[in-house]
Amino acid sequence: MNTALAPIFAIIRRDLLLAMRRKSEVLTALFFFIIVVSLFPLGIGPETALLRKIAPGVIWVAALLATMLGLARLFAPDHADGTLEQMVLSPSPLGLLITGKIAAHWITTGLPLVLLAPVLGIQFDLDGGALGIMVVALLLGTPLLSLIGAIGAALTLGLRGGGVLLSLLVLPLYVPALIFGAGAVEAHISGLGAGGHLSLLAALLALAVFFAPWATTAALRIAIE
Amino acid sequence: MLSATALSCIRGERRLFSGLDLDVGPGEWLHVQGENGAGKTSLLRILASLSPPAEGEIRWRGEPIASLAEDYRRELLFLGHHGAVKEELTPYENLILAARLDGTELNEVEALKALARFGLRGREDLAVRFLSAGQKRRVLLARLAVRKATLWILDEPFTALDVKAVEMLSGLIVEHVTQGGIAILTSHQAIPLPNGKIIMVGA
Repeated sequence: MNTALAPIFAIIRRDLLLAMRRKSEVLTALFFFIIVVSLFPLGIGPETALLRKIAPGVIWVAALLATMLGLARLFAPDHADGTLEQMVLSPSPLGLLITGKIAAHWITTGLPLVLLAPVLGIQFDLDGGALGIMVVALLLGTPLLSLIGAIGAALTLGLRGGGVLLSLLVLPLYVPALIFGAGAVEAHISGLGAGGHLSLLAALLALAVFFAPWATTAALRIAIE
Repeated sequence: MLSATALSCIRGERRLFSGLDLDVGPGEWLHVQGENGAGKTSLLRILASLSPPAEGEIRWRGEPIASLAEDYRRELLFLGHHGAVKEELTPYENLILAARLDGTELNEVEALKALARFGLRGREDLAVRFLSAGQKRRVLLARLAVRKATLWILDEPFTALDVKAVEMLSGLIVEHVTQGGIAILTSHQAIPLPNGKIIMVGA
């Protein structure tokens, strides 16, 4: 293992181990996603044309909200039990450790949504091509949600009523991911091609990969002081 | 080796202390004393570079700690009020993961030896949430036995420990200081350690 990246993998392994021991937190987000997405076909009925049209938006909005559910607890337990202090004092750069935490959050929250989305998409009568684009868009978009969410979670860490503030901070920042993510599938269905939307989503992800850990680290240092 | 000049600390509107100087060298330990709320923990956090002082400067080996950054943190072990111990994990997992966070790999033999030294033999694989407050504290303190750091900053390390564990920890601190290390600690209890420097904190 590359020694420079060792702290990232150490944090990922630790957070995955913790997620295995706190299964309810992971499963809550997952079941929320499944239930919200499944309610729409049940409520609208077998109008396949309408379902196909709303599918990308419904799945993306449900993914945004499911990601939001556990966001307040991204740093809170580490802050409460003093682990965050130890991370700040670690000889490893805090930015690397935070990147590891964000990666673990995506693996436990975003990745299961990506894997489930094609199954749920069948309820909306999406064809194989549209489901494929949906998976690619979510693969690019869900890490973006974790990265942006981490900034909000760090900024609201330790604040009273931080959960509401976190939603107000983060949801507007999720709008570009929602527009390009859902737009990619819609563009494919209408025959325009999803390349442009996916490229923009990838560009946003690249930007967030460099910017979000830095901003999150700065916010966490303020919270620790 | 660790020196601070004219340190002051302000929390909210209140000035906790000001004009505080200290100097601790290899083979010395410092007992930070003061009433509740006098700023002992704040001083330790400032010395550990977790919080900046309102005024003053801290130097490690003659260099300001702000410029040393990671080089300073590599030589520092800070154990605060909170345990930094995960309740869902076992003592063994906590110790191994804490070492990885410190950038070192701890082998199984070393980890088990450290836990045994702190009286946790037979409880290595039990989730920490099933341990008593004193045993949880021992899990945290086992890091002292495995982490190679020159400067120990310990906030109330004797809290919740029984007589045997207090003796064990005192022995570990004496061993560390005798080998040229530095220890800075707070405690409201009488500390069973010889020849320490004392500093009083308070406005």
